[in-house]
Amino acid sequence: MTTREKILQATLNNQPPAIALPDISLFKGEDKDLVQKYMTVFKSIGGNCFLVDDIAGIQSIVTQNYDAAKRIVTTVPELSSQFELISEEADPHSYENIELAIIKAHFSVAENGAVWLTEAVMGQRIIPYICQHLAVIVHADTILPTLHEAYEKIGAGEYGFGAFIGGPSKTADIEQALVLGAHGPLTMTVFILK
Amino acid sequence: MARAFIKDEERVDWHDGALWYIREKRDIAAKQIPEWEQLREAASMIKSNVISNLHDYLLQFEANLKKNGVIVHWADNAEEHNEIVYSILKAKEINHMVKSKSMLTEECHLNEYLEERGIEVINSDLGEYIQQIDHEPPSHIVLPCIHKRKEEIGELFHEHLGTEKGLSDPTLLTRVARKHLRNIFLTRRGALTGVNFAVAETGEYVVCTNEGNADMGAHLSEVQIASMGLEKIIPQKKHLGIFLRLLARSATGQPITIYSSHYKKPRKGQEMHLILVDAGRTRQLGRADFRDSLKCIKCGGCMNTCPVYRKSGGLSYQNTISGPIGAILAPNLDMKMHADLPYASTLCGSCSNVCPVKINIHEQLYKWRQEIVKEGYAPTSKTLGMKTMAWTLSSPEKLTTAGKAGRWFLHNVPFVVNNKFNPWYRQRDMPEGPKESFAEWFTKNSPKK
Repeated sequence: MTTREKILQATLNNQPPAIALPDISLFKGEDKDLVQKYMTVFKSIGGNCFLVDDIAGIQSIVTQNYDAAKRIVTTVPELSSQFELISEEADPHSYENIELAIIKAHFSVAENGAVWLTEAVMGQRIIPYICQHLAVIVHADTILPTLHEAYEKIGAGEYGFGAFIGGPSKTADIEQALVLGAHGPLTMTVFILK
Repeated sequence: MARAFIKDEERVDWHDGALWYIREKRDIAAKQIPEWEQLREAASMIKSNVISNLHDYLLQFEANLKKNGVIVHWADNAEEHNEIVYSILKAKEINHMVKSKSMLTEECHLNEYLEERGIEVINSDLGEYIQQIDHEPPSHIVLPCIHKRKEEIGELFHEHLGTEKGLSDPTLLTRVARKHLRNIFLTRRGALTGVNFAVAETGEYVVCTNEGNADMGAHLSEVQIASMGLEKIIPQKKHLGIFLRLLARSATGQPITIYSSHYKKPRKGQEMHLILVDAGRTRQLGRADFRDSLKCIKCGGCMNTCPVYRKSGGLSYQNTISGPIGAILAPNLDMKMHADLPYASTLCGSCSNVCPVKINIHEQLYKWRQEIVKEGYAPTSKTLGMKTMAWTLSSPEKLTTAGKAGRWFLHNVPFVVNNKFNPWYRQRDMPEGPKESFAEWFTKNSPKK
């Protein structure tokens, strides 16, 4: 008997009679003031948030706040004239020195501030983790109330890797003192595109 | 271990307060969700369904993993798990691995196993890294070094990372670790992560971290390994909505963990392995009174609220998973060794009240005590005390005599009970004995007929 067969047999022998799954379709968030709610929550978890009219608005905030001499990368075609486009083919290690990454989220979640990103919008899986600062663009009309709506929208999801990211990396491992910037980005900024 | 911990009263109070602060943050977060109780109920029911259909879900999960290009392994016990990890790394000639938080691999003593075979492992979660350089296991599943003071951590960094002596500022220490570990991530070809949730329906698994360390390791590696206990399965992807809403709020009071990463397929050119580990889980599945312990999503909420945990520290439990949940999981692994853990509780029930998947922890603690006595593993201090008590209570005369004797001892020779042989006296003074028993007082004061 292989280990696999042994474990499966023990599971079958020891599991209790079947219990049905609960109906979770009633869990829903309130579809109201989502932009405001999102901004409040995202700021409370240590993120920066801007409401912008268009891509030009994002460009000007980025230019004001980040050192243009440092490496800034993006997957957003509209920003490619100003910043380096991320290559899917490059060795992920080669992004070790990026200062800022600007990517576009599929949507975000008002109740927890998280944005949903798949590797298609990340360019490379490592990008939103290895950058010193992360900026994410979210269309105002794609903000969802809770994770229930989020998973409904994701559905089966055609991706090899996807993630909810809700704020700059953080730790409180040393005496419960909150430190922003553990291993991932030191800051996270969300641009809400009106 | 607990005896050593409680010697330092100032530290005990600080530890108690630090954990209670997290419990309070959990309460604030939970109260912001009007449907919180329904979420807990749904989560508990989903996990009941998982436990009752685990066989089929495992097969479904395995089939989907394979379809996604993930290599699946099965391990019956810790030894087999460790051998699998070793063989994967050896095939790729990898001698250095980076590992994010995984209580399972702590339970399996993977680091020691690999190090004996010439493979260096570095824990990348900051708390776990600190514990590793101090040669200590984690004392809390979410906050591995919650029992350490920042000055002690500063001292460790001075010794291992060459920081200035006396540096203890948490931000500065974190920055130093960030820089050091970034170099580790960039140079490691092998990375291992734990698993928070494994979705049978799609074959993807979710890893939650606040630091981003699991992803830094995984996305820079050639070989990615995930180790999970069988109980981490959930049926459908939409169920993640329930569990992710509960997990971080119950753990630290955050609305969601910063990174909830959904791993489905290997990166181009990368190898992805997943190891399904039993290590006592199917045995626990067969224990009707205790199988619900397998519902645990490892939030640590029961530890933060437990008066015994807060006052004794996680290392006192001498089991990878400490606190109330550890005390109901450990006896399944080794009943004799962990026979005292179910007694490390006041049975106040606070753990069950905060548990996001509604495990009846305090009831299971009570049931384990009976199981342990039945199996003959009860600690001698308990059996001896119980026997004496049974003898004393067996007749009114014996009780009266014993009561008199007790009061006489407390009045005349208090040192007989106020000594180190009486465990109750260790942190307390015995009270002054009353002059007479209630029965004596009652006889004297009741109106004579």
